[in-house]
Order: sequence, then structure tokens, then C-alpha cells
Amino acid sequence: MNRFAELLDRLAYEPGRNNKLKLLTAYLRDTEDPDRGYALAALTGALSFKHAKPGLIRDLIIERTDPVLFGFSYDYVGDLSETVALMWPKVALAGHNNPPPPTLTEVVTTLRTLGKTELPAQLARWLDELDETGRWALLKLVTGAMRIGISARLAKTAAAALGDKDPHEIELMWPGLAPPYLDLFAWLEARAEKPVNRDPAPFRPVMLAHAIEDADFGNLDPADFIAEWKWDGIRVQAVSGRDEHGRLQVRLYSRSGEDITRSFPDLLPSLHLPGAIDGELLVLRDGRVQTFNVLQQRLNRKVVSPKLMKDYPIHLRAYDLLGDDENDLRELPFEERRAHLESFIKKLADPRIDLSPTVPFTDWAALTAARADPAGAGAGLDAEAVEGVMLKRRDAPYLPGRPKGQWWKWKRDPHIIDAVLMYAQRGHGKRSSYYSDYTFGVWTNGESGDELVPVGKAYFGFTDEELLQIDRFVRRNTTEKFGPVRHVVHEPDQGLVLEVAFEGLARSPRHKSGVAMRFPRINRLRWDKPPREADRLETLERMLKSETANQVPPA
Amino acid sequence: MPVAAGLCCKPGGFHIDPVRSVERAIITHGHSDHARAGHGAVLATQETLDMMRLRYGDNFAGSTQAVRYGEEIRLGDVTVKFHPAGHVLGSAQIAVSCRDLCIVASGDYKDARDPTCAPFELVPCDVFITEATFGLPVFRHGDAADEVKKLLASVALFPERAHLVGAYSLGKAQRVIALLREAGYDAPIYLHGAMEKITRYYESRGVALGELRPVRGMKKAELAGTITLAPPTATSDIWTRRFPDPVTAFASGWMRVRARARQRGVELPLVISDHADWDGLTATIGATGAGEVWVTHGQEDALVHWCKSKGLAARPLDLVGYGDEEETEVVLEGEEGGA
Repeated sequence: MNRFAELLDRLAYEPGRNNKLKLLTAYLRDTEDPDRGYALAALTGALSFKHAKPGLIRDLIIERTDPVLFGFSYDYVGDLSETVALMWPKVALAGHNNPPPPTLTEVVTTLRTLGKTELPAQLARWLDELDETGRWALLKLVTGAMRIGISARLAKTAAAALGDKDPHEIELMWPGLAPPYLDLFAWLEARAEKPVNRDPAPFRPVMLAHAIEDADFGNLDPADFIAEWKWDGIRVQAVSGRDEHGRLQVRLYSRSGEDITRSFPDLLPSLHLPGAIDGELLVLRDGRVQTFNVLQQRLNRKVVSPKLMKDYPIHLRAYDLLGDDENDLRELPFEERRAHLESFIKKLADPRIDLSPTVPFTDWAALTAARADPAGAGAGLDAEAVEGVMLKRRDAPYLPGRPKGQWWKWKRDPHIIDAVLMYAQRGHGKRSSYYSDYTFGVWTNGESGDELVPVGKAYFGFTDEELLQIDRFVRRNTTEKFGPVRHVVHEPDQGLVLEVAFEGLARSPRHKSGVAMRFPRINRLRWDKPPREADRLETLERMLKSETANQVPPA
Repeated sequence: MPVAAGLCCKPGGFHIDPVRSVERAIITHGHSDHARAGHGAVLATQETLDMMRLRYGDNFAGSTQAVRYGEEIRLGDVTVKFHPAGHVLGSAQIAVSCRDLCIVASGDYKDARDPTCAPFELVPCDVFITEATFGLPVFRHGDAADEVKKLLASVALFPERAHLVGAYSLGKAQRVIALLREAGYDAPIYLHGAMEKITRYYESRGVALGELRPVRGMKKAELAGTITLAPPTATSDIWTRRFPDPVTAFASGWMRVRARARQRGVELPLVISDHADWDGLTATIGATGAGEVWVTHGQEDALVHWCKSKGLAARPLDLVGYGDEEETEVVLEGEEGGA
């Protein structure tokens, strides 16, 4: 447990993805079975036991320490688990040698079967035996609050690195594996054959598209391609398959292979035929696709209430078929898979699942026109949820990863505004010596004339050279410092104008300006422009109105 | 008795660690919040006097008198005796005796092991004046050697990155270096310009620190896999750009609390403190046999509460001007390791 705790501790402080990966891989390499398997389960969210309530932890510490001192300490530290971990009194166990601290395996397997009434005493025994970091990790684990910035995908990638394997391979077999994953590690260390995924509804690694550049069109023949709308939703794989008893198992996967079935119970009955659909998850109201902002209400939910399902009806728009019953279709050319898909969707005959329409075009000019005006080119009232077009080679098989020249995405041009840099903050990790997080604002009518109101934050989009330039500007034009935040000069004639690109707008009561941007980034530095010429809040409000013109409120 | 200038002993005619200029000052140790320039006469250990001279120049006081540990000095109606405080090189507790009353002003102290200074000596007394920098039961500092192991494990895991250890330049830096050497690390250790003078002074007093090099003038690639010590404020600014993908470590007792470490953007917190932790404070207070405890700076409330719960008379002195030295050490942004 102490070794696992050290890992969590270190991961919690490490900002860099590659460095996290290195820490994880080193841990998995140096730790024995079955401890490392349970660690992998903990990091991928695959452990299940009833979590302890904070009240229980509080009772344990109050019994053992001076409540006044506990109060001072909790005030200072600000986190219950950490306070308890740090101030848990040392106990001298008289009469025998100290028992070794519990292993992660012992903790996990005990918690699985432990009755509710036995939990406090067991927890106290473990806390007696562990060190500060060990206690902290234990309390985070048992309260289910292990937020350390690690995705399940990253943990699996680290495991794959043990045997120089592609993380996709692990993703593929993952649904068939169970903690502590002895067979997985045996395969990764070349001690055994690859575990067979007996899962009746396995994930298949997804095929991704390249962003198309203007120069690419010259080398492409329009006749080789089929075009579709690019929907602004969530890419999913919906898989149904029969288990050994002939029962239909249904699963929904994210594009990285994460099982998200539990978040969308309302879609599962619709997937009543065995097959594997590649498509886009959307919210539809009155048959109209809602924007991503609306869909967002359904994402990352552990508990899905009936009201949520009613107000945000989920829908699957299908664009590919990877498997039809027992048949793997991935080797077939796209055009043939599309034919299979069309008949599959017809057979399903379910209102929650429909076909993503193709966009007819004969030359690039026609497609350019369609992309510029999706409403007039067949997308109709759904046009607001279109974020561009997809181009797929008619003869392309379904290949995992991002193969060259097969699929292209041609995104709609982003929205652009000119905003003024107002505050800058230091970045993390590699960027910790640079002011790389920027808050920018636009003009609005204030009480005493025009004033800037913050409308967003961006921390990428610029080149390394531009970062150096902005950093220098921030340091030389700081008007005030508040901890890590610097106020940067922003007067009508003094300041830096940033051209900001973003994908969409939403109303937000949490922002002073009342609007929130989606995916904002720095597009260009406008050294040439005085701040007085930057955009006004009214411009954003107009954009917002046209964005939401076709939205339907929840029934 | 506490006065605006700091701790004052009227019958002896002196102040201890005064924050304003006084006629006669006794200085416990060389950190700048305790050792200020501009007093008339200064009594301190030779090391403390030397450190003040390094920082303030030759004319930092009207006159100076070096006092050895254990030496007894008569000042007015009282006798004064210096005892090792274990905080940094030359740090002292001041025992003040008048007739049958003995008061010990401990300055900053720690009861943990430190290869770079004389170990803390327990002085039985009637009134014990204690600091409370880490006066909360959440502060327990553990073995510093384990923290250094953590640092070395990280250096082994990331050989392509530089490790940048923030450490207060008087005391902490030299202790970390000495602990690294004890752990068997014998590669050259690099120093930020601001630590060179004081570190060389430690060496001149017989503290062995192995091969040390200034980081100034090194090429970026050459710093991969190395350890550099720098003042805490330097580890988060432009100065760090000379290092390849640096791992930012910070050696401090504050690193026990995650929020403090995160606030400073630390990636590798090392819980190494030159102050007594909670267990150290409470054990020391008990062992002095003092019936009365005065608490100077830090988390006074919690420690005073603890003393009272043990039946000891206790009160906070509410002295201003003392802080945590790490929070007050300032290195200018433009100082590119040249100072």
C-alpha cells in the first residue's frame, strides 16, 4: 500500500503526460502481482466496493485527538482525508513486533467483503500501520475521491509499455479482463499467450481522419470520395453481441475505448440487433439536433436521472458499420460498408437511431458551397450542429488509428474575434516559468463609459516564438500582481490585442460577461491593432443569438 | 519581557533577536528575520557573526563579541549561557538566569539530526520560550534521509531531466547537500549563484559537502541528470529556462501539506525542515520541565492550547517581524545566478 501511495502522491504533483506515463510504467514494472493489478484497477476505475462516508473518517479522528487541535488543523489543511492522514496519532503496539503495513491487495480484497459495521475498526487498524502518505492514499481510496489527473487510457498505455505493445491491444481485450489482471501482465512480460477476449460485445479501435489543407485538394479526385456532415457531438461505438447463453449484451464505448454504457441507459434498448455501429451521440428534440452545449449535460454522468433522460433525449446518428451479427465488415471498402449500414439501420427501425446522410457533390466547388451553407445543402434545421464535412474514400477499409489519405475532416471556419489581453498567469510543468494562460476581454458599456469585460481564457494556439513575445510583453507591462496572476495593461491605447478563434458560444451565468466560449485559442497576435479597435460584447451577443436560433427548450 | 523591539531583558540590559535597532543585542542565529544589522553591541556565536558579516558587510554592528556554546557571561544582574539549538550552523538557545529563575529563549530549533550543525541540547528551565512555526499536529516531518532517497529515485527515473531543488540558502541547502552525500550521491552538485558564498563558508567551518560547482555558464544539455540547489523563489522563474525539462523540488517542512506544495507549483515536495515538528515541539516543551511556556511565532494558538491541556501556563507573545525564512527570502527576477 505504501508503494502505491507513493505513486499516487507523485502523480498528483506531476503535470506532464509523458512523465506520468514513466512513473506509472516504472511502478507496474517494479511491483509484484497481484498488487500492481489492483493498482491498475484502482487507476482505471475498475474497483468496486462501497465507499466510506466522510462522517465515518471524522468520527475516527475525533475519538483519537483533541477536537480543538483537529479544528485548527482541518482549517489549515482544508482537506479531511489529508488532515486525518497527517495527524493520525502514532500507536506503540506493545507486546509484539509491529505488523507490516497492509498491501494494496489486502485492502482491496478486504473492502470487497467487509460488513458496514466492521469498517471503522478495520480502517483504524490500517491507519495505525501505514505512514502519512499511505494513510492519505487509503482514505482517498475508501472515500472514492482519488482525483489525481490520470485517465483510464493513460494507465492502460503505461501497462502496454511494459511489453512494448500498442495500447489499442489492451483496449480491445479490456472488457474481458478482471482485476488483478494476472493474465494481462503475464502476456506483457512474454510469459504467456495473449489473453483472449471472450467479451460478446468488444470494442474495436476506431479509425480517425486527418484535417484537410487547401493544398490537399489538388491531389484528390472528387469521384473517389463520399462526403458526410461532420456532427458536433460525441463519437461512439455502439456494440451488441450475444453471450454464450444467447443473451444480447449491449455496450457503448468512447472513441478511446472507455466503456460509457452506464451513462446512456436510454439508448440501450434501441440497439436490439447484434452488430457494431460507429456513429455520433447527439441530443435530439422534436427531431432536431441540439448543439454540443446541450449534449454536454449528458456527459460524464455516473447517475442518470429519469428527468435528465427526458429533458436531454439521446440519439445515435450512424455513419459506419464495423460488424453485422457475426460478420466482421472492417476489411470491406467504405462504399460497401455504407450499403450494409443502410440496410442494418432499416432493419433496426428505431427512432433513436438514424443514418447520417451523405452530402451529394460533383466537384470541390460544390462541396465548398455545401460546407459554407449546410442548411441549404440538406442539413436543414440541423445545420447548427454541423461543424464541417467529412470526406471518406469509397474504397477505404476500416483501419485503426489515423491512416494517411483515407478519411479527411474539413471543419467549418472557427469564429474569430479581436480581444484584449487583461490578465496573465504562469503555466504548469514545462511552462511554469512562462506567463502562458491568458484572460482576455472585449469592450462593453460600463458605468463610466467603455470598459473591458473578461470573456474567456486561452492557453494555446500560439507558437513557441509567440509565447516568448507575449511573456516578455506581460513582464514589461504588468500593472499589478496577485499571487501567480498578473494584471496586464489594458487601456484603449495601451495593451495587446489577441485574435481569438473559438468553436461556439453558450450563455453562462457564471461569467460576468454572460457568455462562455467553446475551445478558445489564440489565433494571431495583433501587435498592429490598438486595443480600442478590439471587438465589443454586442458582437458576441449577436453570434449567440444566431447560434441558438434553432434550439428547442426541454419539453 | 516582550516589547515592540522583540524580547527584552531589562535586568540584563539586552534584547534577543530584536527587529529594531537596540543598544545591546543577543542573536540566536543568522537568518535575516532574527539577525538584523544596525545594533550597538552584538553577542552571538562566531558562526552567526560571520554570517551577518557575509550578508551585511563589516560594519553591521557597533561592536561584536563571539560567544562559545557553554560559555557563561555576566550581563548586569543576570548570567547568559549559549546552548546549541540544532537549527542551522551556529544557532543557539539563550539561557538567561537571574537568582533562582532560569528562562530559555530557544530561537528557532529542531531536535532532528543534522550533519551540518551541532545537535540540539535540552536545557532544563522554568520558563521556556518556543517558536511554533510548525505548531499544528499535521506537521510531522519524518526522516529527512527518506526524502533524499525520494529525490535520488526521481533522478534515476528521469536521467534526461534536471532536478532543481529549492532550499533556503542558509542551512537548508547545505543540509540537503550533506544528506545527499550521506546517501552515497557523489556526482558534482550545482549551485545557484545566490548560495555560493554561504555554502563556501560552511565548507570553511569544516562541513564536508563534496564537489560543488556553480551552475552559471553550464550548457543546457550538460545539466541533464544533475541536481542543482537554488533559493525557493528562483525555482519558478526565468532562471529555470536554462535547465532541460526541470523537475521542481522544494525542501521544506511546509511540503507536508499538499495545498502548500501545489500553490508553489512544486512537482517533487521534500519534507525536510530545520524547525521542530509538532512531536518535536511538544516533546521538547515537556522535557525542559518548564512550568510556563511562552510561544513566539508561528501557529501559536494550537501550541498554547496544547500546553494548557497539559496543565502548563502558556501564552502567545504576539511578536511581529519573525516569519518563516523561506517565505521571505527574495531573489530578484533579473538575478541570473550572478549574485
